[in-house]
Amino acid sequence: MAEQEQRRRSAPRTDDVELDETETGQAGEELKAELDDLLDEIDDVLETNAEEFVKNYVQKGGE
Amino acid sequence: MAVHKVLGIETEFGILHRNEGDSNPVAASSMIINAYVNGFLERRVGWDFEDEHPGVDARGFNEFDALAPEIETHLVNAVLTNGARYYVDHAHPELSTPECTDALQCTTYDRAAEEILIRSMEKANELLPDGEELVIHKNNSDGKGNSYGCHENYLVDRSVPFGRIVNEVMPYFISRQVFCGAGKVGSEAPGLTHSDVPFQITQRADFFEEEVGLETTLKRPIVNTRDEPHADSKKYRRLHVIVGDANMSEVQTYLKLGVTAIVLAMIDDNMAPNDCAFETSVQSLRQISYDIDLVTVHRLANGEKVSALDVQWAYYAAAEKWADRNGFDVVGGRDIGLDLMQRWHDVLVALENDPDSLSDSIDWIAKRRLYEGYRERHELEWSDPRLAALDLQYHDLRPDKGLARRIGLRRISDDSEVEAAVDNPPPSTRAYFRGRCLERYPDEIVAANWDSMVFDIGTDPLRRVPMLEPLRGTAAHVGNLLDECANAAELLRRLGA
Repeated sequence: MAEQEQRRRSAPRTDDVELDETETGQAGEELKAELDDLLDEIDDVLETNAEEFVKNYVQKGGE
Repeated sequence: MAVHKVLGIETEFGILHRNEGDSNPVAASSMIINAYVNGFLERRVGWDFEDEHPGVDARGFNEFDALAPEIETHLVNAVLTNGARYYVDHAHPELSTPECTDALQCTTYDRAAEEILIRSMEKANELLPDGEELVIHKNNSDGKGNSYGCHENYLVDRSVPFGRIVNEVMPYFISRQVFCGAGKVGSEAPGLTHSDVPFQITQRADFFEEEVGLETTLKRPIVNTRDEPHADSKKYRRLHVIVGDANMSEVQTYLKLGVTAIVLAMIDDNMAPNDCAFETSVQSLRQISYDIDLVTVHRLANGEKVSALDVQWAYYAAAEKWADRNGFDVVGGRDIGLDLMQRWHDVLVALENDPDSLSDSIDWIAKRRLYEGYRERHELEWSDPRLAALDLQYHDLRPDKGLARRIGLRRISDDSEVEAAVDNPPPSTRAYFRGRCLERYPDEIVAANWDSMVFDIGTDPLRRVPMLEPLRGTAAHVGNLLDECANAAELLRRLGA
C-alpha cells in the first residue's frame, strides 16, 4: 500500500488553510440557522405518535 | 480488457399497512404492485422463470426456441415498459432497474423506481377504506433485527478466476461503507445496545456473518456467490452484490455504482490492489460501520495496520493507474469516468478533514447532523423512540412525510429524465428491446425475463427470443426495426429472416 501515501500527501488538508475567523463564524451561524429551520420543519412533520409508529414498524426479512 | 460494466440495482422496499389489524405484508405488497399495473399499464406482462438458455444472441435472433415456457402466475410479477421488473419478493415490493451502461443512467433509473413506488402507493391508497394507509420506505431494516436488501449487479468477465474477484473486491466492499452508508440509529447485532452503538454508518453491517457464500437471507456473506449470469454464461458472470444500503442520496447511489464498476473493471484487468485483505473481514466490516469518527485501525492479513480510508486510497491510486492505461470506456466513457474519480477523491478528502461538509450528499452524515441537532434541541437520549421514528421517516417515500427529500440533498439526476425513465427503457442495453416490445406489442407478449422474451402471435407454439448479450438489442440495433414493425408477427419474421 505504498502508493496511497503519495496520493494522500497531495490531498489538501484543511488544517493547512488559515480561514479568517469572522468568515468561519459567519458560515457557522448560517449553517446553524439552516439546521434550526430544518428542525422546526421536522417537528411539524414527525409522526404524531412516534413511539407507536416505531413499535408497529415490523418487517419480514427479505432478499 | 475488462467487459463493459453493465449494471443494475434491485431494491426491496419496506412496507407498512396502517390501521389494518391483520395486515399481511405479502398482500400489502401485491396491492402496491397491482395498483400500479392496473392504474398505469395497458396490460400486465408476466415474468418468465425459464432458466438461462443457450442460443443465439439478441441481435442475431436467427434461432427460435419452440418449447412452451413456464409462466408463473401465483405471485404478482410484472415487467415494465422501461425494462424494469416489479414484483413481490418475500414480503416486500421489489423493483429491479433495467440494465444500464453507466452509473449516471442507473441513478436516474433508481430515482425513477422511487417515482414508480410513490405512484403505486398513492394509487393503492385511493382504493383503501378511509383511515387505512400503505406506507413505503426505501430502507433496509425495521430496527428490530429484520433486514431486506438493496442489491447491485455488475457484468464481469467469466475468464477471471472467481477466487481472485473475492480476494480483491472484499477489502473494497468493507471500506466503501464510509461513503456508501445510509446510516442507522443503534445496532441490531445481538448483545449491542444504544450505549455501545448509538449511531452507525450503515443499515446493513449488523447482518453480515460470513466472508463468502451463497446465502442472502441468513448468514449473509460480504461476497455473494450466486452464479446466475442472466446472459451468456460462457462469457460473463453477474456479480450479485448484497453488502450495500438503499441510499436516499443520489450522489451516493451514483458513487457506489460508478466506483464499484471502476473497481470491478480493474479486477477484470488484473490491476486492482491485492495486498489489502483484512485479517478479520466480518469484524472489520462491523467496526467500520460503528466508527462514525473514522478513527479505528484494522489489521490486514499482511500485518499492516490501516484505516478504512487508507484502503480506499489504495484502490483510488490503483484506479488512477488503471484509467491512465485503459481509459474509462467500460464504465461509460471519459466524462463519467473523470467525474467519478474526482468525486471519489473529494469525498475521501472530505471524510478525512471535514466530514460534516458532506451533509448535503452522504446519507449517514446528513442523518448524524440532523439527529444530533434534534437530540440537542429536545435533550434526548439516543434510545429515545423519537430518534428511531426520525430514522424511519428519513426513508419514507410519502412526499409530505419523507425527511430525506426536504433536507437539501444534492441531485445527480434530472427531473425530466427521471420522468422519461419511468416509462422508457435505457437505449443502450437489451432493456431497450424488452421495454419497446412491451410498449409496442403488449397483447402478443406472454412473458419476459432478463435474457429472453416469449411471444404468442396466434400460431403454435409460443416463440421465445433469447437475449443473451446485454449490449445487443439496443436502440442503435433495433430501434428502426421496432418502429417499422406494426405487430410482433412481423417483428419475428424480420428478425428470423
